[in-house]
Amino acid sequence: MTEREERRFAEVSRDSVKLMAESSGVELSDDVAALLAEDVCYRLREAAQSSSQFMRHAKRRKLTVEDFNRGLRWANVDAVCGHGSQEPMPFRPAKEGELFFVEDRDVNLVELALATNIPKGCAETMVRVHVSYLDGKGNLEPQGTVPSAVQSLSEDLLKYYQQITRAILGEDPHLMKVALLDLQSNSKIAALLPYFVYVISGVKSVSHDLEQLNRLLHMVRSLVQNPYLYLGSYVRSLVSSVMYCILEPLAASINPLNDHWTLRDYAALLLSHIFWTHGDLVSGLYHQILLSLQKVLSDPVRPLCSHYGAVVGLHALGWKAVERVLYPHLPAYWANLQAVLDDYSVSNAQVKADGHKVYGAILVAVERLLKMKALSLSQTAAAAAAGEGGEAGSRQQQGLSAGGVLGFRESSPGLSPPPEPLAEAGLGIASHLQAGGAGCPWEDWTPVPLPAMYSELYSFFGDSLAVRFSTGPEVGSGPGSSQSHAGGPADGRKEPPGLERGAGGGAGSDTAARKMPQLTANLSISPRQDGSPRTEPAPPSLAATAPGRSVARSSSSSSSSVQRSRSSSSRAGGQRSSSGGGGGSGGAGGSSSRDVFPKARIFPPPHQAGAPTFSFLIGGRQMGRRCQGRRFQTSFASPSPAGGGASGGLSAMPPRTYAHKLPVIGRVSKPVRRWTYSHYSLHLPL
Amino acid sequence: MAAVPDGQIESDSEKETKPDVLNDGAGNITGTSTGVLSSPPNAASSATGDTKPVAPPGAEDQQTLIAVLQYLRKNNLLESVDILRREAGLSDNADDSQGADGSSLGSGGNADESGGANSLLNRVSIATPAAPVPAAPIKDDQPDVNVVLSAYSQKGDTALYETYYTGLKNFIESVLDCHRAELSQLFYPLFVHMYLELVYNNHEQEAKAFFEKFSGDQECYYRDDLRVLSAVSKREHMRGNETLLDFRTSKFVLRISRDSYQLLKRHLQERQNNQIWNIIQEHLYIDIFDGMPRSKSQIDSMSGSLAGETRREANKVKVFYGLLKEPEIEVPLDEEDEEAENEEGKPKKKKPKKDSLGNKSKKQDPNAPQQTRIPLPELKDSDKLDKIMNMKEATKRIRLNADTLPSICFYSFLNAYQGLTAVDVADDSSLIAGGFADSTVRVWSVTPKKLRRVKSAADLNMIDKESDDVLERIMDDKTASELKVMYGHSGPVYGVSFSSDRNYLLSSSEDGTVRLWSLQTYTCLVGYKGHNYPVWDTQFSPYGYYFISGGHDRVARLWATDHYQPLRIFAGHLADVTCTRFHPNSNYVATGSADRTIRLWDVLNGNCVRIFTGHKGPIHALAFSPNGKFLASGATDGRVLLWDIGHGLMIGELKGHTDTIYSLKFSRDGEILASGSMDDTVRLWNAARAFDEVETDDFTATTGHIHLPDNSQEMLLGTYTTKSTPVIHLHFTRRNLLLAAGAYNPQ
Repeated sequence: MTEREERRFAEVSRDSVKLMAESSGVELSDDVAALLAEDVCYRLREAAQSSSQFMRHAKRRKLTVEDFNRGLRWANVDAVCGHGSQEPMPFRPAKEGELFFVEDRDVNLVELALATNIPKGCAETMVRVHVSYLDGKGNLEPQGTVPSAVQSLSEDLLKYYQQITRAILGEDPHLMKVALLDLQSNSKIAALLPYFVYVISGVKSVSHDLEQLNRLLHMVRSLVQNPYLYLGSYVRSLVSSVMYCILEPLAASINPLNDHWTLRDYAALLLSHIFWTHGDLVSGLYHQILLSLQKVLSDPVRPLCSHYGAVVGLHALGWKAVERVLYPHLPAYWANLQAVLDDYSVSNAQVKADGHKVYGAILVAVERLLKMKALSLSQTAAAAAAGEGGEAGSRQQQGLSAGGVLGFRESSPGLSPPPEPLAEAGLGIASHLQAGGAGCPWEDWTPVPLPAMYSELYSFFGDSLAVRFSTGPEVGSGPGSSQSHAGGPADGRKEPPGLERGAGGGAGSDTAARKMPQLTANLSISPRQDGSPRTEPAPPSLAATAPGRSVARSSSSSSSSVQRSRSSSSRAGGQRSSSGGGGGSGGAGGSSSRDVFPKARIFPPPHQAGAPTFSFLIGGRQMGRRCQGRRFQTSFASPSPAGGGASGGLSAMPPRTYAHKLPVIGRVSKPVRRWTYSHYSLHLPL
Repeated sequence: MAAVPDGQIESDSEKETKPDVLNDGAGNITGTSTGVLSSPPNAASSATGDTKPVAPPGAEDQQTLIAVLQYLRKNNLLESVDILRREAGLSDNADDSQGADGSSLGSGGNADESGGANSLLNRVSIATPAAPVPAAPIKDDQPDVNVVLSAYSQKGDTALYETYYTGLKNFIESVLDCHRAELSQLFYPLFVHMYLELVYNNHEQEAKAFFEKFSGDQECYYRDDLRVLSAVSKREHMRGNETLLDFRTSKFVLRISRDSYQLLKRHLQERQNNQIWNIIQEHLYIDIFDGMPRSKSQIDSMSGSLAGETRREANKVKVFYGLLKEPEIEVPLDEEDEEAENEEGKPKKKKPKKDSLGNKSKKQDPNAPQQTRIPLPELKDSDKLDKIMNMKEATKRIRLNADTLPSICFYSFLNAYQGLTAVDVADDSSLIAGGFADSTVRVWSVTPKKLRRVKSAADLNMIDKESDDVLERIMDDKTASELKVMYGHSGPVYGVSFSSDRNYLLSSSEDGTVRLWSLQTYTCLVGYKGHNYPVWDTQFSPYGYYFISGGHDRVARLWATDHYQPLRIFAGHLADVTCTRFHPNSNYVATGSADRTIRLWDVLNGNCVRIFTGHKGPIHALAFSPNGKFLASGATDGRVLLWDIGHGLMIGELKGHTDTIYSLKFSRDGEILASGSMDDTVRLWNAARAFDEVETDDFTATTGHIHLPDNSQEMLLGTYTTKSTPVIHLHFTRRNLLLAAGAYNPQ
C-alpha cells in the first residue's frame, strides 16, 4: 500500500513499538518490531471500526473514549482507563522528540477541598416541549429557551458574563465596542438576560459618572437590538433605567462641564427605540412613559435639566406625543422658563444656560410638530380625496415618521412594529392619563388646528420660530434673537460641531453659526409669486381635477421619501461637516430676509381665494473638513391647511432639475453613532 | 448458519439455544393447538407443525439436520436426538450412512464425530460439492472459520490475478452498452474474492498492488467495505474478521439477464479463464432472468448490500400484509350515550361508525392473515377502554395531506450531556421514555398527570378492596412526580418501547439484556438474557405480549413476556441487526441490519419472507404504513426507501437528508411520512402520492425491475430544522399532531 493508503489510518511506527518494548524491558529485533507494529495498526483500525458502531447507536457524531473502550471490551481486550473525561487531553511531545505523552497535571486536593466556589453539579435532565411548527408552517419561536435547562449558569456563560461586563465597563474603548457588538448578535445569552438587566439597573448608583452611564446605555441598546433575545417583562426594567438617565437630575450635572445633555439625548432616543420595537411586550407602556414625562414637565421644583430630558423624551417619542403633552403644557411652562431667561444676574448664569437648553429643545420639538402636522394634514386631505379615512392617513404618517426617526429600524424589518400601537395609544390616552393630567385637559382634548397652533407658538418664540424656516446668511451672522444669543457659548464649546444643541439652542448665535449649515427656506407663494426658478409653474387647469391630486400626492410622497433618504444619509455627514457658515442656497431669490415671512402670509386666512400654497426649500453648503462646499438642499411642500389641496399639490413638485445635482452627503465611518443625533439636527426627516 | 465471531463459549451458547427452541416445539407437539390464546408454546408448536409436512427435507436440509444430530449426540442430548430424528423422518440408517459419507468425504479417514460434523458444515457452507476440500487439521476452537477460509487454499497462479482481472475488465468495457452495466456488477465481488485469496495465500505485496490498482474502479457505495478490506493484509487478520466471514458464508447474489450471462460465459470459456470461472462458481450466485438487461440506474438502486441483491425467489412467498379485524366492542354504546346527552353531534356520528365497523368485520381482507394465525392475548377491559378512547380521538383527527401539514411539537431533552440514546412515546402520547448512556431508563409524564407508584404490600393490605375506586386507592400519592428513573442496566440503553396498554416498558442495552419494567411499580420485572451481545433495538408487538429484539449477534429474537427464552430466533442477517419493527398485524417482523438489507420475517414459522436491498449504509429506522402494505426504511446514507411488501418491490426513494435517519413515522392515516435525522431536521414526505404513483404492472411484479423516477423534491413537503438537536424519535398523536424528540446538543 502506498503512502496515500498509509496516511488514511493511524500508524504506529516500528520505533514506537521498540520503545514500548524497551520500556517494559524487552529487546526486539527489527523484524519482530515491524511485524508487531503492523499488527498493532490493524488491531487499532479494527477497534476503531467496532467502536464506531457504539457511537452510531448512541446517536452521536463524536466518538468517545467510552465507545472505544466498549469496542475493546467486546473484543476481550482490557479497556484503557483514565481517559474518560470530556475535556480534551493535551497530547504533547517531549523535547527530545520521539516521545509523546498525555499531560497529567497535579491536582491540589487541599485547594480543591477548601475552594469556595464549589463546582455545580450537573443539572437535572429534563424534557421540555414547545410547538415548533404550526400546521407545518412558520417557526413560532426559536426552539425552547434553554435557560430553563441551565438554571444554574454554566461555567462558560458565567465567564462570558464576566468578560462582557468587564469589557463594557472597562477602560478600553475598542474592547467595549467588540463586547457591545457581540452582545448585539449573540444568540446564546438568553440565560444571562436577567443578569445584564440587573447590571443596567445599576445606573442609579453611578449617576455621578457620565461615562459609565453612557456605557450602560450602550449595553441597553445592544440588548434591545439583539434579535435572539426575548426581552419580555424585562422591557419595563430597561425602560426605567433609561428613563432614569433622561429625567433624573444626575449628580454629574452639578458640574456644568459635564455634558449630561448628550446622555439625555441618547437615552431619549434609546427610549423611543425600545418603545417602537418592544412596546408591544408591555401593555400601557406608552401611557406610563408619557405620564412620567408629563409629571416631570409640570413639576416646577425639578431642575431644568430634568425638564430638558422630558422635552427630548417627548420629542423622541414622536410628534404626537409632543402635541399631546408638551404643546398643551407650554403656556404654563413658558412662564417659568421666561422668568429664568429674563434674569440677567450673574448668579443665574448657569441656570440660564440650562434654560436655553430647554428652550432650544422645545423649539426643535414644536418645529417638528408643526412640520409633521402640516404634512399629516396634507396626507389627510389626499387620503380623504382618495376615499380613505383621515385617521388612516395620519396613522400612515406616523408610520412614516417612525421610519424616519429611527433610520436603523429599516434595516431590521422584523422588529418594526405595526402602526397600530401608537394609534391605539393616541386613542386611549385620554382615559388613561386623566388622573395624572396636571395642567392639561386630557378629557376634552381636541387637536388644535395648525394655524392656531402656529400662531400660538409664534407668540412664544416669536421670530426665532420663523427663523427656523427662513434663515438667510445675514440672519445667522446677525443679532438673530437675543435669547438664542446666550445659549450658544455653552454648547459650542463642548459639543462636536453640528450637534443638535447648536441647532436647537442657537440658530442665530455667533459661535454656533459657524458650525451650522446655513439653511435657507424659500417660500414661494405659487403660482402667483414664483420667484424661485426651482418650482415649476404649474398649469392651473389641471389643479382642480382629481387625477391631479393623486399625482400631487404621489409626487409629494415620493419627494418626501427622497428627502428622507437623503436626509438620513446626510445626517452624520451634515453634522460633522457643517461647521462654518455656508453660502446661501442657489436660487433663493427673495429669501434673504426673514421679513419675507410674516405669519400672515404663510398662513393666509382660509377664506382667501386662490388658496396659495407654500413650499420650502432648505438648501445650504456643506462646509466641513471633508465635503467642501458641496451643496445640499431639501425641499418640501405642504398644501395650505385651509383645504387648498386642489392647487397645493402641483406646486409641491420637487425641483428635480436641481435635485440630481445634489451630492450624496454623509458617507460615514461610524454607522453606530449616526442615528443617535440624527433627528435633532435641522435636517429633519419628514 | 449464523457465523459466530469468536470464542468457544459464545458459539456453544448460541447452539445451545437452538436445540432448546426445537425441543420446546417438539415437546409440545402433542398438545392441542387450539388451546388458550395466550400460550406461546402452542404458537411454537403450531409453527413446527405447519412447516414439517410442507417441506420434505432436501438434500441440503438433510445434511444440516444430520449435522445438528451429530452435535446433539456429541453433547449427550440423546432424547433430543430421538425426537428430532422422529420428527424429521430420518431413519437411523440414513443418519449413519450420511455420517459415514460425510466423514469419508471430509477429513479422509479421520472419522470421529467432530471431524464428520465439521466436514458436513464444510459442505453446507461450500455449496459446490465438487470443490476439493483440503484435509487440513482443524483446530477445535474455530471450526467454522477455518473451514470457511479453507476454500481459499486452492492452488492458483495468484500472480496472474491482475492479468485476469484486467482481461475481464477490458472485456466488460468492450461489450455493448446494454450489457456492460449488468456485467459490471461482477467487478466488486470478483475484486474482493481475488484480494482475499491473495491475502490468504500470503502474497501480501501482490495483494496491496492489486488493491491499489483496482479499488478505485469500485462503486462508491462499497467504500466502507473497501476500507475494512484494505486494512486486511495478513492471513492472520482474516481470522475473526466478521466482514470477511460474511463474504465467505454467503454467496454474493447478482442478477443478470440471460443474454449478458451467455456473453460472459462464452468469453470466459474462450479465454480458458478458469480462475475467474471458479470464483464465480464458488462464491457468486448468478440469478439469471429472461428479458431486457437492466440499466445502470436500475442496478444501482437495488445493489449496495453486503451480499449483493436479493434472489428473486426469496421474495415470492405470499405475505399476509392486511390488518387484523378489530374486535367488536359493545361497551362503548352505553358510555357514548351517556356522553351524548352533553354533545348532540355524537349519536349521529356514532351510528355510521358502528356500521362501518360491522362491515369491515364481515368482509375479510383477502390479504389479511387468519385472525388466529398467531395466538394473541385477549383484550382486557382496560384495553377496550383504551380502544374506545382511540376511536373517539380518531374522529377528531385532522386529515393530513400535502396542503394540511401537521403541526410539530418538539420534546427537547435538556442537560442530556450527549447521553440520550433512545426515545419512545406511548401510543396515547401521555408518556415519554428515554434510554440513556448512563444505563438509566427515564420515564416522563407528558400530561399534567403525575406518575405514581403502587403502594407497598403492607399498605396495600390496609386498602378496602371492595371499594369502587380501588384502582385509585392503590396508588401512592407520595410518590407522585413528573419523572421516574429506573436503574438496572449496566450499559447504555439503546432501545426502549412502551407496551400498548402502557403497563410495561421494554429496554434493551449494551449489556446484552432486554429488561421489562412495570410502569405501575417502576421496577424491573424480568431481564431477558439471550443475545449475549449488545442489543440495539427492541419493540413491543402492537397487541402486547410479544416483543422483538435484535442485536450485535446478528439475530433478531422473538420473545413473549412470560418466557425467559426466546420463542423464535430470526437468523440470516450478515451483520448486526440494528432495528426491529413489528408489522401492524403482529404476524410479521421487519429487521434492518448493518449488512444494508431489510428482512421481513414470519412470526409463525420463523421464515424470512422478504429481503430488501438497496440501501448503501446500515439501516437505522423502519416504519410500517398503518395499512400494513408498505414499509419505509432509513439508513446512514440519508435516504428513505419505500417498499411494497406484497410485491416485494422498492417503490420509492426519498433523498434529502444529509445524515443518518434515526426515525421514521407514518401519520395515522398514512398520508404523510415524517423522517427525523441526525442532520437536525424533520422532513415530511408525501407518502400517499408516492404510493399512488407506483406502477405495479405484471412485468415489474414478476421481474422486480423497477424504474424509479427521481422526484424526491416533489415528494418533500417540508423541511423543519431544530436548534442543534438531532431528531431521534417521531410520533404522531392520535389526532395527527407530530411529536419529535431529541437531545439538545450545546456545541
